[in-house]
Amino acid sequence: MKAIEVRALTKRFGDFTAVNAINFEVAQGEIFGFLGANGAGKTTAMKMLIGLSRPTSGEATVAGFDVYRQTEQIKRNIGYMSQKFSLYEDLTVWENIRFFGGIYGLSAAKIRKKAVALFERLSLHQEANALVGSLPLGWKQKLSFSLAILHDPKIVFLDEPTGGVDPITRRQFWDMIYEAADRGITVFVTTHYMDEAEYCNRVSIMVDGRIDALDTPKSLKNHFRVETMDDVFLRLARNSQFKEA
Amino acid sequence: MRTIQLLLQKEFLQIIRNKAMLPIIFVMPIMQTMILAFAANYEINNLRLHIVDRDRSTFSRQLTQQLDASERFVVVYYDNAAHLAAQHMQADQTDMTLEIPIGFEKDLVSLQNTQVYLGANAINSVKAGVGMNYAASIIADYNMNIRLRAMPIVPAAQAGQIEIVPTEWFNPSRSYKNFFVPGILAVLITVIGSMLASLNIVREREIGTIEQINVTPIRKYQFIIGKLIPFWIIGLFDLALGLGFAKLVFGLPTTGNMMALFGFAGLFLLAILGFGLFLSTFSETQQQAMFISWFFMLVFLLMGGVFTPIESMPQWAQVLTWFNPVSYMVQVLRLVLLKGSGFMDLWPFFLKMTGFVIALNAFAVLNYRKTT
Repeated sequence: MKAIEVRALTKRFGDFTAVNAINFEVAQGEIFGFLGANGAGKTTAMKMLIGLSRPTSGEATVAGFDVYRQTEQIKRNIGYMSQKFSLYEDLTVWENIRFFGGIYGLSAAKIRKKAVALFERLSLHQEANALVGSLPLGWKQKLSFSLAILHDPKIVFLDEPTGGVDPITRRQFWDMIYEAADRGITVFVTTHYMDEAEYCNRVSIMVDGRIDALDTPKSLKNHFRVETMDDVFLRLARNSQFKEA
Repeated sequence: MRTIQLLLQKEFLQIIRNKAMLPIIFVMPIMQTMILAFAANYEINNLRLHIVDRDRSTFSRQLTQQLDASERFVVVYYDNAAHLAAQHMQADQTDMTLEIPIGFEKDLVSLQNTQVYLGANAINSVKAGVGMNYAASIIADYNMNIRLRAMPIVPAAQAGQIEIVPTEWFNPSRSYKNFFVPGILAVLITVIGSMLASLNIVREREIGTIEQINVTPIRKYQFIIGKLIPFWIIGLFDLALGLGFAKLVFGLPTTGNMMALFGFAGLFLLAILGFGLFLSTFSETQQQAMFISWFFMLVFLLMGGVFTPIESMPQWAQVLTWFNPVSYMVQVLRLVLLKGSGFMDLWPFFLKMTGFVIALNAFAVLNYRKTT
């Protein structure tokens, strides 16, 4: 079974087609990069997959569940990290862990065990009882990711997870993504950093609501006869009818 | 159940850490009862009175003394220049003018009618009305004394008098505090139920944490219940705090059944929380929510009989107050605290409030579904 299967998935807002009949599959344990310029339709597509937005037409299953009828089951089986930081800044690190762990039905003992492992992994022992709002951005992002996979979801959706963080933290962040993938968690990630695209097993590039390219980074570079993912992206995005002057 | 428990735990932690919320919850009940009950008051003393005495007789001087002796009035000018009276009123140096005409004493003695002219600055109509009443009653008193003194032997003069022995039911001292404090308590829990609750819901939308909540298995109804229960508890807690404070400090009577009072308040809070939820569906930011709820709060309070009696409103406005849940809360508070009503007397109120609970929450949930 594929982690994600999408067939002719479409979302229209009035006359505007934000996502235009896209097709793709994501295998289990894969790191799937979901690329595209601002306004290409990435976030809209992702919102349909995580059950926040109802598709206009087409089919999709996430972790084997239908996006029209089984959104509650989907929510139990995925993790999500939004582009806007959305842990509770007025709760402590530990309180956030307790809350989000509990919501997914983890037992108190399991939450404690996971919390200890998490503090270890992020070297956050000192900050367990600090308000999340007082942490530096890089730590917040890493914490946010750790909480998104705290309940061992089948798939984790990351919406521009490394926006605004320094290169070292980004590198550490990607180490964490790899660890999660090694544990069998499928990673679905959007990004604007083309070096990050290179880290993905496969990437798709969206232009004007369509998926114009989908392959491994290496094949894409060969196909377009360019050296970097940056150039691949520029080639494709240049065709956009909405491109900025 | 565990989900709601977790949500409640989170809400209370956040409320406790919120620097604006905590003072509102603990200080507002005490401040409002204290300041409003002392400050909002219809009793008026030391009205500045200009007496234009054109008679200059013993009687006119006695009347002047009697007015001046009352704590209601201070005679600031005493002369016989009518044109100055108008000037003083214009310059806001006097509140009221009493003009005693020439022949005042003579007319009284010869048992004819006599007139005095009484004028008041009615920019503040309440003040003018109250002042007029005070003056009229002092003048009537004086009038009576003169008649008794001047004509002790005329039986007709005595036979025609009816003396009124007043009894003020349910508020024997006719204390304004006893009238106001229940109203203020109603204001308090209305603010908590509608404004604080809707701000709190909108806050998650504004910060963006609602998006994270929406992708978790938390159901919408659980989220809403988790948001509303804390304010239901805080509302009842603040009512108890305000009542206890008012009883200790002003000796506010608590004549009736407190169970009935708190039962009704619990019901009222359910209705008003539904309204708060309804308001939250119209706002993306706390600022918007604030504006909208402020508008409704004013209407609710002004049309709720908190400050002005509903009975003195025009008919159409009285009809509007039927649709204002706050007006029922104000009435029930006064009935229970002052009149001593219990469940048996209040059941029509319970029935109506249940109607509000169902209607407002149905509206809110329908609208909430549509918008999120």
